[in-house]
Amino acid sequence: MSAASVTAAGAGAPIIMDGRRGPLGRLSDLFWRNPRLLLFLMLTPPMLWLGIVYVGSLFALLLQSFFSIDEFSGLIRYEFTLKTYGELFQPANLDVIVRTVTMAVAVTLSSAVIAFPIAYYAARYAQGKWKALFYLGVMLPLWSSYLVKVYAWKLILAKEGILNWLFAKLHLTWLLDAWLSLPIVGGNSLSFSYTGTFIVFVYVWMPFMILPLQAALERVPATLIEASNDLGAPPGQTFRRVIFPLALPGLIAGSIFTFSLTLGDYIIPQIIGTSRLFIGQAVYAHQGTAGNIPLAAAFTVVPVVVMGFYLWMAKRMGAFNAL
Amino acid sequence: MLAPNSNSKVTMTSAVSFQGVSRHYGSVRAVDEVDLEIREGEFFAMLGPSGSGKTTSLRLIAGFEQPTKGHIEIFGQTAEGIPPYRRNVNTVFQDYALFPHLNVIDNVAYGLMVKGVARAERARAAVEALALVQLPGYSDRRPGQLSGGQRQRVALARALINKPKVLLLDEPLGALDLKLREQMQEELKALQQSLGITFVFVTHDQGEALSMADRVAVFNAGRIVQIGSPLDIYSRPASRFVADFVGSSNILPPDIVRRLAGQDGWASLRPEMVRLTGTASDGALQARVVSTSYLGSTTRVTVDADGLRLHASLAAGTPLPAVGETVFINFDRQNLHIMEGEQ
Repeated sequence: MSAASVTAAGAGAPIIMDGRRGPLGRLSDLFWRNPRLLLFLMLTPPMLWLGIVYVGSLFALLLQSFFSIDEFSGLIRYEFTLKTYGELFQPANLDVIVRTVTMAVAVTLSSAVIAFPIAYYAARYAQGKWKALFYLGVMLPLWSSYLVKVYAWKLILAKEGILNWLFAKLHLTWLLDAWLSLPIVGGNSLSFSYTGTFIVFVYVWMPFMILPLQAALERVPATLIEASNDLGAPPGQTFRRVIFPLALPGLIAGSIFTFSLTLGDYIIPQIIGTSRLFIGQAVYAHQGTAGNIPLAAAFTVVPVVVMGFYLWMAKRMGAFNAL
Repeated sequence: MLAPNSNSKVTMTSAVSFQGVSRHYGSVRAVDEVDLEIREGEFFAMLGPSGSGKTTSLRLIAGFEQPTKGHIEIFGQTAEGIPPYRRNVNTVFQDYALFPHLNVIDNVAYGLMVKGVARAERARAAVEALALVQLPGYSDRRPGQLSGGQRQRVALARALINKPKVLLLDEPLGALDLKLREQMQEELKALQQSLGITFVFVTHDQGEALSMADRVAVFNAGRIVQIGSPLDIYSRPASRFVADFVGSSNILPPDIVRRLAGQDGWASLRPEMVRLTGTASDGALQARVVSTSYLGSTTRVTVDADGLRLHASLAAGTPLPAVGETVFINFDRQNLHIMEGEQ
């Protein structure tokens, strides 16, 4: 029988086979016996990079913020002081912080509202070709240069730009003018208003909101939605009580991106918007021409603190309970 | 709420009625021209292999699917076009579909919360429902912290708390191990009898359908091939498919049937009705023993009669023939069932 011949052929083979010879063979055996050694060797380089280069420089930055600048000589005085943090609360600087945080909140909320239906469609309905098209559509803007996109938007939003032309063709110029005449959000044209800055921020960070949201929604089994319907909840209630809570971790992940990216960006508000500064621009200005490294460092700490507070609040409100 | 109903007598009111119902997906006929009456208060099983249309039929009752053609009534009211959340019908899902972000109490009370029942009131009702399914004391756990059997009970309590007119169960015991499954079968049956709610139970496990149901519908390829009591289905299968799917059966072709019984058509002969003897009696089929397998309470003997493979299920204690031995196949004439569904 065939079974017998298999046994017969196997009978001659040794039970323990010779390993691979040479130092590489011995190394394989060593790693097999000590998996932790392999892990240690693999993790050391990135940990050194992260620990020294990244955390180290962050720490150095934090340290800088506790120094201050001598107003007469313009030199940094290397003594521990909270004076620089005090400067943050001067009206001009506080303005910058409030402006930036308000913008970040507005951008994050709008991104979430716009991203949700897109992510929901991609997670629940899109299949095959349409899913590929979705990924392409969301990712494609990320592949082109950020500067090119921002300058493209400058042209779109300009007074002679396509958006103005479109409003004129639709006989809606009055609507645009009415909006631009509003205080704060208005301005000379869209490209010189906070509205313009806001639009470009929302456009540029949108993929960072859509992708985590889509991933979270994809993990919500369809039967949970059916179960909710089955137990008497119409679509609106099902959304509020099942879909939204389960998508919340993804929403938080996306909002961390949009929020912190807006807090730190200094290019977009410089190219599109008013001449008033955002945190990123303030950091850039203080560490550059002004040479006020301590104040620049103190400004940099603001987004870190704001984000920390945001995550703490999110956790307290149970945003991560579904994880 | 959920007061036990001692009067669980099956009445003739129709709980669910399908009239020429079809559900097609493109060219696939998941459910094809099905007529069905489920009586109020009965335990009704839909049995069939996967893809036979039993689950789609259940989803049509729940409202997750709409019929392509035909008419569905639930307690005399038209059901097509009515969304699931407006049907007084609840489902126990195959994967339980418990809400992972809610604890056991909130899962069970979900239906009441949706209706706007006050928190204290619905918590009380949930505790009661959990007691009914014999799962007290797990209120604060998350579904992820429960075993499969416990999740099953939570899903059951969550469906029952709404006091549905019909409870739909989609292979609810499929994920449980054998011992637990047998225990849950008994509990479900007892629960159905005490509550008096119409249960519609989908399964591919014939043993489950036979042991629990008042009536069974056997599905194949989108159609119902036979409806009847478990006894009917088992002892008088309408077709070769039913005979083969519900338990195992010896299916005898027309020429053998004519020789043995003098009747026309295909016949089914259950293995436990077969007796093997060593000496010839008139008309008995001669066969050779191919193999025997010991199953505990019975031994299954496979014999070969001129190329026709037959099985006999012999009770423990019956003398066993040896492999290769020649035996004669005997049975009582009334146990040979001619299948009208096969021509």
